[in-house]
Amino acid sequence: MSIDQATVKKIASLSRIAINDGEADAMVGELNGILKWVDQLGEVDVNGVEPMTAVIPNELRLRDDIIGEDPLTAGGRRDDILANAPAAEEGFFGVPKVIE
Amino acid sequence: MSDLTQLGIAAIRDGVANGEFKAVEVAEAFNANVAAASSALNAFIVETPELAVQAAQAVDADRAAGKALGSMAGVPIGMKDLFCTNGTQTTAASQMLEGFTPTYESTVSANLWAAGAGMLGKLNLDQFAMGSSNETSYFGNVISPWKLDDGKDRAPGGSSGGSSAAISARLCPAATGTDTGGSIRQPAAFTGITGIKPTYGRCSRWGVVAFASSLDQAGPMAHDVRDCAIMLGAMAGYDPKDSTSLNLSVPNWEAALNSDLRGKKVGVPREYRMDGTDADILESWDRGIEWLKDAGAEIVEISLPHTKYALPAYYIIAPAEASSNLARYDGVRYGLRDLPDGAGLQDMYAATRAAGFGPEVKRRIMIGTYVLSAGFYDAYYTQAQKVRTLIARDFAEAFTQCDVILAPTTPTAAFPLGENSEDPLAMYLNDVFAVPASLAGLPAMSVPCGLNKDGLPLGLQIIGNQLDEQGVLNAGLAIEERAGFVAQPKKWW
Repeated sequence: MSIDQATVKKIASLSRIAINDGEADAMVGELNGILKWVDQLGEVDVNGVEPMTAVIPNELRLRDDIIGEDPLTAGGRRDDILANAPAAEEGFFGVPKVIE
Repeated sequence: MSDLTQLGIAAIRDGVANGEFKAVEVAEAFNANVAAASSALNAFIVETPELAVQAAQAVDADRAAGKALGSMAGVPIGMKDLFCTNGTQTTAASQMLEGFTPTYESTVSANLWAAGAGMLGKLNLDQFAMGSSNETSYFGNVISPWKLDDGKDRAPGGSSGGSSAAISARLCPAATGTDTGGSIRQPAAFTGITGIKPTYGRCSRWGVVAFASSLDQAGPMAHDVRDCAIMLGAMAGYDPKDSTSLNLSVPNWEAALNSDLRGKKVGVPREYRMDGTDADILESWDRGIEWLKDAGAEIVEISLPHTKYALPAYYIIAPAEASSNLARYDGVRYGLRDLPDGAGLQDMYAATRAAGFGPEVKRRIMIGTYVLSAGFYDAYYTQAQKVRTLIARDFAEAFTQCDVILAPTTPTAAFPLGENSEDPLAMYLNDVFAVPASLAGLPAMSVPCGLNKDGLPLGLQIIGNQLDEQGVLNAGLAIEERAGFVAQPKKWW
């Protein structure tokens, strides 16, 4: 499977990364080189092997649904949450117009 | 008084506790070294001398009041700039997060402050921890303090290269690192220091900027094995805020240190004897085998048959997870926002991410997006996850025959900066010995074992079974005692 400039642009678009023709061209060779190298994984016989989802046996815990107990999740931290927003207004995150 | 910056964690902790010197004197001595080296080594992104002094004053006051002191009391450390620190800029060495000041503290750093440590500053790294040489930082390369007569700047390793350079140059006695595919062990080997990545889940990932969540694990970097044992004990522990944190008590690794390996079996994996490995590295490995025999261990040859597939599997799994984790950097809630004139939301995302991520980060996000995309998911991602299962099985099988595994940490000593930067694949090969243990979530450490013929440090790697940090530390101690590594970089900065 070889990657061309159109594929690179499609991946960039899926990745939400703006890319121009020159950058896309440069990336064609790099991505092809890396993907050709990882293609050797195809040699491995994985019949009957389960894909690994957790590296250490560990049960996924869920937090108790109690509001107001944990000082970090109890709410009332609006100003902390907005403190680093590039544009915050009236207690909300500001974004450019989405609908014309 | 002797130079306090030559001391490690144990010596500082004990000296402060015994009243031989004040914690404030220690903090000020290291602050001075940081200030003197800041432009030459570029190891720090942000320096926080006042925080180091404040923490030290609190320790001195506690001691004067007769209060019990923590395990890291009076020890000023460097904090890899991947850990969120409340009120201090945290960037992951990216333009994306330049100016980001967390309003919360990572669990690992909070644990260290609670143990009495203070912060000298935030250490430089590869951008979002992606790199093996510190050449991907937005804030410029870290320069290794190790220089040869050729005068070339050498890589301090990556991604924890700011940490390794700072410790090796005596700017801090210890520092935090994170290891996703070798990012503690490889820089430790390159700079002649010691570092351990614990079992996945030992240290909380909460508040650590994420790269690849199934692999990322924090660990200590320090001058010797004992210091690593002390600092790991302070960092580790169950954290209900991280769903992958192991709900286990933290052993007292320092108290149980023991380099007598009689009755232990050390596995030597035949697949790690790869073509292209430096003769110096192979010799150091042979010396390591002799040292562990001398410590009483029995050496057994083992096989890890899927070793050659670890690196390609890693370069699918890690970018796949990174492409998902880094989707959060979109210019809305924090970090950089690039809003071209008249742009809508989608254009803003694309422009922000194009401007804020460096080339290596973009490359990995795009590989990750590709291998997760419709039509390629099974061929690449699922296949890599199955190979990962086989790699973990190889280790499980090996640990029925041995207690720990001995291998080189890196295939070469530190290379000159720029040597591999045009060739991503050549750079990736640096982690060939480190990545398998990461994929299997195993504890692994690098211990300095000597200098190569050019005079650059080399490291030996010990890999242990799940949760057997003690076995790793003990074998590391046996090597350390026999290697007698005391070399330091010549001061040129």
